[in-house]
Amino acid sequence: MEIINKFSMNILSRSANEGFARATVAAFAAQLDPTLEEINDIKTAVSEAVTNCIVHAYRESIGKIYISGEITDTNIIKIKIRDNGCGIENVEKAMEPLYTTVGGERAGLGFAVMQSFMDSIRVRSHVGKGTTILLSKKIAPRYTVNG
Amino acid sequence: MSVDISVNGEVTTAYLNGEIDHHTAASIRNAIDNAAELNMPALLVLDFTRVSFMDSSGIGLVMGRYRNLSRRGGKLHITGTSPQIYKVMKLSGIEKLATIDECKK
Repeated sequence: MEIINKFSMNILSRSANEGFARATVAAFAAQLDPTLEEINDIKTAVSEAVTNCIVHAYRESIGKIYISGEITDTNIIKIKIRDNGCGIENVEKAMEPLYTTVGGERAGLGFAVMQSFMDSIRVRSHVGKGTTILLSKKIAPRYTVNG
Repeated sequence: MSVDISVNGEVTTAYLNGEIDHHTAASIRNAIDNAAELNMPALLVLDFTRVSFMDSSGIGLVMGRYRNLSRRGGKLHITGTSPQIYKVMKLSGIEKLATIDECKK
């Protein structure tokens, strides 16, 4: 499996950047010619991951969110979203649907959406150091017939 | 992101426009809550026809409005969802709390 393209960027953990992050990753994914549903799945998962960094990892502070992506010759997009925030004490618990540690109107569905909309998700976290989320999705090749 | 409110007797409809995420949810929540407080609707309709994107922040938004309404005996109805929004709604199980029209094609 060979990487044929990649990008990386970092953004501040300001909520105004949520839309920018998902739109940028969607634009990168577009070169795989995804369906509208596939591109929406990626946008939604990225939005959840970036929102987690803003709401949970950095809470009342502003930090950097590192986002990178790779596309392979097997039509797989891999996205890494990393923060240097507070980290997750219990990743397994955090991934349970409806579990949330913040008040307000957070639904606690961020990880459930990422799991459901992507093919795979890996979460690495160290308390006090930060969290890395790896998402991947295979985009079904679409063939066009000429003539 | 913007919200247009229409009132017809006991039915208040909130027409949502734009993208719903954690960044935009607060202003949408305030607009809907102000209208609901003023009109005390028996039925609140959230119209997603002009919403181009929604993540799980939208679910928190809908659940919060449901909680407020149900305290007064009001009902919640969701309409105009795109396939992407409908998929997020279905994942949350929110159809147990509110009625949802099938998504538009």
